[in-house]
Amino acid sequence: MAAVSEVARADLRRLRRRRLMESRWILWVTTPVLLLLLLGAWKLYTVISGVGALTVPPPEAVGGALFELLGRDMLYEAAYYTFYSTVMGFIIAVVVGVGLGIVLGKMHLLEKISAPFLVATQVVPKVAIVPLVLLWFGFGIASKIFMAAIISFFVVMQNTILGIRSIDPGHRDLMKVIRAPWWKRIISLDIPSSLPFVLTGVELGVVFAITGAIVGEFLGGDDGLGALAVVMLAGMRTDQLFATVIVMTLMGFVLYAVVSAIRRVAIPWHESSGRVTSL
Amino acid sequence: MSSRTEPTATESSAVSEEGAPSGSAIEIEGVSKTYAADAGPVHALTPTDLRVGPGEFVVLLGPSGCGKTTLLRMLAGLEVPTQGSVRIGDRTLFAPGALTPQSEALGSLGFVFQAPTLLPWRRIAKNIELPLEGKGPGRRERRERATRMAEKVGLEDFLGHYPRQLSGGMQQRAAIARALVHDPDILLMDEPFGALDAMTRDQMNILLQQLWLDTGKTVVLVTHSISEAVFLADRIVLLSPRPGRVQDIVEVGFPRPRPLSVSADPKFGELVAYLRSQLGEQP
Repeated sequence: MAAVSEVARADLRRLRRRRLMESRWILWVTTPVLLLLLLGAWKLYTVISGVGALTVPPPEAVGGALFELLGRDMLYEAAYYTFYSTVMGFIIAVVVGVGLGIVLGKMHLLEKISAPFLVATQVVPKVAIVPLVLLWFGFGIASKIFMAAIISFFVVMQNTILGIRSIDPGHRDLMKVIRAPWWKRIISLDIPSSLPFVLTGVELGVVFAITGAIVGEFLGGDDGLGALAVVMLAGMRTDQLFATVIVMTLMGFVLYAVVSAIRRVAIPWHESSGRVTSL
Repeated sequence: MSSRTEPTATESSAVSEEGAPSGSAIEIEGVSKTYAADAGPVHALTPTDLRVGPGEFVVLLGPSGCGKTTLLRMLAGLEVPTQGSVRIGDRTLFAPGALTPQSEALGSLGFVFQAPTLLPWRRIAKNIELPLEGKGPGRRERRERATRMAEKVGLEDFLGHYPRQLSGGMQQRAAIARALVHDPDILLMDEPFGALDAMTRDQMNILLQQLWLDTGKTVVLVTHSISEAVFLADRIVLLSPRPGRVQDIVEVGFPRPRPLSVSADPKFGELVAYLRSQLGEQP
C-alpha cells in the first residue's frame, strides 16, 4: 500500500509541475523576482569592487537618470525617431523580403543562381557599409530606414522561401485537381500555408530592424536613441547612457510583443499558437 | 457469381477508331508511362487500354510499383502519359502526345487522396467548400452544399472543427465530402483508406458503397487490399509490377448492397484466393 501511495504522490507532483509549466501567470511572479536579483547583484558589484560611477553606475543612479530623461522631450523625440525609422525600414523589409521570397521559393533555378549574391549581401558586415549608406542616403532618416531594412530583410526572405518550399505536395495536387486558378492557389494555399514560416521571419526581423536603425544613428546624424547614446557618452553621463539603453530595450520588447501577438491572432490553427486542442 | 474475362490490355496499335461515340465514363487507349532515371528509363506502366462504364465501380488492385497510382493520377491530369490518350466522358483529357492535360475535362472529376489533404487553417465546412470557390456558387449556396455533403458522410456536427481535431477516419470522410461537393460524375480514389485501422476501414467501405448506390457516380478506386477490392468492386483490374501492366480483369457479381458479412460467403473466399494466387505468380 505504501508503494502505491508513493507512486500516486509522484504522479501528483508531475501533474502539478506540468500545470505550472502551462500556466501563464508564472512569468508575472518569476520575472520581477529575477529582475530584483539581477539589480541586487549589480548593486553589490558596484559596492564591493569599488568601480567608478563613470564606468558602472549603480542601479539607483541609472534609475534616477531614467526618471530625469523621462521628464524631457529630448527622449521622446529620439525614441519616436528611432521607432519611426525602425518601423519604416521593417515594413520595407517585410514587403521586399516576402515578395522576393515568394518569387524565389517558386523558381528554384532563379534562387540557385541568385543565392551566392544574396548570401554575399548578408556576409558583408553591415556596420562596415554604414559610411557608404551615409554617403548615398545622407545623415537624415533615409539612411536609418535603409539600415533597418537591409539588416532585417534577409531573415524575412529566407523564412518565406522555406515556407513556400514546405507546402505539402498533396495540397498542390489538390489545387490542381479542383482546377483552382493561379490566384486562388496563391490566396488559398501558398499564403496561408507559408504564413507560420513568414511570421517567424517577421518576428526575428523586427529585432534586427531595431538594431539596424540604432547602428545607423550611432554613426551619423543627430537624431534618434543611437545618437542620444553617443551624446551621453561624449558628456560622460554613463548613467544616462545606461538609461538610454534601457529605453531601447523596452522599445524592442514592445515591437516584439506586437509582432508576436499578430502571429498568434493570424494563425490560430497552427501548433505554435497552442490554442486548439485535439479531441 | 464471378466470371473471369481475358485481360484487355493490348498493344497500343490495337485501339478503336478515333472519335467513335463510346458512352464510356473513362476511356484509356494505349496509355503508358515511362520515367527517366539515371539507371535508365523506368516503365511505370506499359501501354494499357481500359474502359470504365458510367456508374461502374472499378478497383485497380496490385502491389506497390505496379503503376496503379500512376494510372489513376493520369486520369486526374496529375501525371502526363508518355503515350496514348485519355478521355473523360465526351471530353479529351490527353490527346496522344499531349504535354499538358486539357483541364476542362477535369470538371467532372472528384479526387480523394491517400492522405486527407485537408487545409489545416480551414474549418471542416470551409474545407468541403473549397472546390466550389471561385466557380460560381455564392457564399450561401456553397455553405448549403457543404452542409448537405457533410450530412451524407456523417460529419454534420463537426462543420466548425479544425481538421486536426478530427480522427483520421473523420478527416477522410471530410475529404470524400469535398471530392463530391461539386457533384462530379466520376470519383477517383487513391488508396483512400490505406492509413486507417481495420474497423474504421470497414465502416468507410460501407459508407462508400452507400454513397455510390445513392449517387450513381462512376468510381475508380486504387487499393492493395484484396478483400477491400472484392467487397467494393463491380470489376477488379489486377495490375502487376516491373513493368506495370494489366494482368487480369475480374468481374465481381455479389448483389448490392453488400453487407460486411459477404466476406463469409465461400465465393468471396474463392475470389480472394484466386486474386492472391494471381498476385503471387508475379515475378
